[in-house]
Amino acid sequence: MSLASLEWGSVGGGRRRLPFSGLVIDVPLLALLLMIVGLGFVVLYSALGADAGLLMRQGLRFAAGLVAFFVLSQVPPRYLRIFTPWVFFAGLGLLLVVMVEGEIAKGGQRWLDLGFVRFQPSEIMKLAAPMMVAWFMHDRRLPPTFLQTIVMVLIVLVPAGLIAQQPDLGTALLVIAAGGLTILVAGLSIRIMLTVGVLGLCALPLVWMFMHDYQRNRIFTFLNPESDPLGTGYNTIQAEIALGSGGMFGKGWLNGTQAHLEFLPERSTDFIFAVMGEEFGLLGLLLLIVLYLALVGRGLWIAAEAQDTFTRLLAGALSLTFFFYVFVNAGMVSGLLPIVGVPLPLVSAGGTSMVTLMAGFGMLASIHGHRKLMAP
Amino acid sequence: MAGPSTQIKDHWQEQRLFLSRVIAAGVVVLLLTALLVTRLVVLQVVNYERFAELSRGNRFRIEPQPPTRGLIFDRNGLVIADNTPNWELVAVAEEIESLDATLKALEQLELVDPSEHTVLRDLVRSHRGFERVKLSNLTEAQAATFAVRRHRFPGVDIQEALVRYYPFGEASAHAIGYVGSISLADLERIDRSDYAATSQIGKQGVERAYETILHGHVGYRQQVVNAQGRVLFDPTVDSHADNVANFIGGIESKAPVQGNNIVLSLDMRIQLAAQEALGDSRGALVAIDPRTGDVLALVSTPSFDPNSFATGISRADYVALNTDLDKPLLNRALSGLYPPGSTVKPYIALAALQHESIDPARELYCPGEYHIPGQTHKYREGRGGVHGSTNLHTAIVRSCDVYFYQLALAMGIDDVANGLKAFGFGAPTGLDIGGEKAGIVPSPEWKKRNYARREDQIWFPGETINTGVGQGYMLVTPLQAAHSEATLAMRGVGHPPRLLIGVEDAVTRKVTYNEPTTLPPVEGPAPEHWDFVRDAMVGVTSEAHGTAVAAMKGVTYKVAGKTGTAQVFTVGQDEKYREADVDERLRDHGWFVAYAPADAPRIAIAAIVENAGGGARSAAPVVRKVLDAYFKAEGYVAREP
Repeated sequence: MSLASLEWGSVGGGRRRLPFSGLVIDVPLLALLLMIVGLGFVVLYSALGADAGLLMRQGLRFAAGLVAFFVLSQVPPRYLRIFTPWVFFAGLGLLLVVMVEGEIAKGGQRWLDLGFVRFQPSEIMKLAAPMMVAWFMHDRRLPPTFLQTIVMVLIVLVPAGLIAQQPDLGTALLVIAAGGLTILVAGLSIRIMLTVGVLGLCALPLVWMFMHDYQRNRIFTFLNPESDPLGTGYNTIQAEIALGSGGMFGKGWLNGTQAHLEFLPERSTDFIFAVMGEEFGLLGLLLLIVLYLALVGRGLWIAAEAQDTFTRLLAGALSLTFFFYVFVNAGMVSGLLPIVGVPLPLVSAGGTSMVTLMAGFGMLASIHGHRKLMAP
Repeated sequence: MAGPSTQIKDHWQEQRLFLSRVIAAGVVVLLLTALLVTRLVVLQVVNYERFAELSRGNRFRIEPQPPTRGLIFDRNGLVIADNTPNWELVAVAEEIESLDATLKALEQLELVDPSEHTVLRDLVRSHRGFERVKLSNLTEAQAATFAVRRHRFPGVDIQEALVRYYPFGEASAHAIGYVGSISLADLERIDRSDYAATSQIGKQGVERAYETILHGHVGYRQQVVNAQGRVLFDPTVDSHADNVANFIGGIESKAPVQGNNIVLSLDMRIQLAAQEALGDSRGALVAIDPRTGDVLALVSTPSFDPNSFATGISRADYVALNTDLDKPLLNRALSGLYPPGSTVKPYIALAALQHESIDPARELYCPGEYHIPGQTHKYREGRGGVHGSTNLHTAIVRSCDVYFYQLALAMGIDDVANGLKAFGFGAPTGLDIGGEKAGIVPSPEWKKRNYARREDQIWFPGETINTGVGQGYMLVTPLQAAHSEATLAMRGVGHPPRLLIGVEDAVTRKVTYNEPTTLPPVEGPAPEHWDFVRDAMVGVTSEAHGTAVAAMKGVTYKVAGKTGTAQVFTVGQDEKYREADVDERLRDHGWFVAYAPADAPRIAIAAIVENAGGGARSAAPVVRKVLDAYFKAEGYVAREP
């Protein structure tokens, strides 16, 4: 029977290939993705006000993501590595183009309009920055030396700086997180990590000085949401009410009063975690969290089994970055973290991040599917 | 061979390192997840009851409370901008079923202006569902009309609100501006949550420039409402419902913080006198205390009623104001640009004395016109006249153009232009409410910057001649004219003109006055040069041939002044300007600038009257009335002349 030929991997390293086509399909990865997106669609349908048309558009975005996933699954990591500098520098170039266009338009500019499609070059960097770091370390000995670390930090900070001045601080932080996690898994010494951590803490007052008023307000409001119940604190308060009133089992699908009476802001995008918590309760959220954890676990497993430095670092960084998104979003909605515009990966409505994420998982699948079978 | 220097990768060691990192990362992931789950348990299990109560059946609404806008006083404590109660029609979007239908029905009752339909619809939609948005002002009769039909309009309500009231109406309009409804454009420049309950915002003048001082801060109170939006519980009203209050814990109501009052430099007695003296003519007057830069009066006529903006001006009225040929909305004092005419002569004379370009005692003959040697073009004496033999003193007293034509040529354009710029011409004066034009002091360099074609950039001697009598390219605002006059009065020590002199704390009633600031002084002229120019200007108002003698007849104080005529219409080379032949709007503008008392200046004034002929006839009498009002108010008695 044909299904039996879809081999499930064993520790020794099974390869998931359809025998009739030679296609790489990572079944555990795909299954987890489908489950999370499926669950996401259920919640999204409710958050969009039971509008099937709007859900359809999210379906199309996911379809585009699936295409990216399958295509990248087939590209051997060797080619991913060879193309990495091209992608990285092309991304940098596009960021510069966007910056120049923004100057001309006398305003913030994030989008590049190609006529048939508009996209944010900053989105490329979420993948290209960790890839470039991994590329840089590929032929070098781990752990990195101090000088190599400086180069890696520059690889991350240059695009992040360009993105930050768009200004899109949220995406810049995500790029820094993705690149930074790559550097961490590359084996950066604990001593440097601690030094950077301490320096970072010392630099906080400096960061504070350079922040916009609205950004400072967000921090204040995070520390005490009740201080500004009409402004940014409103979102936090309403999200907490939505989550808390969901209880253990939730109010039921399409029955979330906070969401449907429009008390909850951004319910289909940044705050969809609260909609899920209100309608499906703690149990629903736990299911989602378990699925996320399984996905991250699968990614880390792929990283552990990867056979060269580039793929190892890339797989590790992609998996941990994904978890970072999840934690930042869920933490923001539940009041653990200040409000930053990070969507819940694979669930929030919105096109660009869906495609980027699926492309990342495509690379993970490729890394696992193209391993050499012989023992080293 | 020494091992450590080798660059060969140790795969096993690297994999071990990497694996340990992955495991560490996995542990961090699990720890963070545990933290998240703990937080969710706290929210969804431990505090479930509280949050469930907050969301179930009863919803809570935060009712923003508007702060009271700060008052505006003149320097003597007279209220120029007050707040009075007014009925407003408001809408709460989340309680309205069909916004369009509701607006239509309100329009049929003539409670809302139909021409505002789309504007209001967009405004309501741009607010959060629970925010109250003002639709219109109601008269008492309209309020009654609505009150009996209220049940037909869920989500629409009447509220009493304070609106701005300007007791001096037209007379204060251009000086302090006005407030109006918050537009979509305004929303872009304010902190929206602070304006959640505010319906008016400063649009012009002082009201706009000092919006942050005047506005104050929003307050709020929390109410529990049912699904229909009816208030079930308001903690500030019913304190008995303790059990309900328990659900709400954490959020308290907060009283709005009243805006602070501001004290302006204006003296309404002078302001009103100026408004009355200008009457129905088109013109402007600015009076400044030269010792501080305090603007004592700032008038532009014709004016408009700022109260119509405060209560919500109708589209038709606004269009009428905006298309009026006399431009009542134009603030001529700050943004009206006029050739200064002969009012520049004292400044040029001062520069000439400083650079020793001329012997002030030397007599030149004025035959009524002037030719550049070798050229046929006639530069005529302003609007006619033959002055005969003149020296620098009599050239100012009698305003002899032919003398100044030759003086400007002798000085050269750079000395002329720099002498004018030193007093602030050609640049904004820095008035604290902004909105001023910079004006122009022409020079070869200016021409190069402002003309693209090479042949247009050439500087001609004729242009130096024109600049010497304040014609040609030169343009000034009445504010600039008053400011430079004040600087001249103080022998070069200028102060940026200012309207705000103090802020009164709304709570403690304590007024904090700001110190006046001082500009870098005009360097160069010797004391005897300043004396010379002052004496010549006193001559203008007191000597037998002085151009402003008639207007200043019988003053009890000593005035230094200068008339000016700004030509709007150029007469042909062989024609003569006859006022009756020229269309009214092409007739000359009249200027008069003055300071007094000449020996210890306390007020400097510039006035322009559009299309009213020479300054001696039109503007000087206006300034005379304002000076009289000022010295009467001051109780000033001068020694007999």
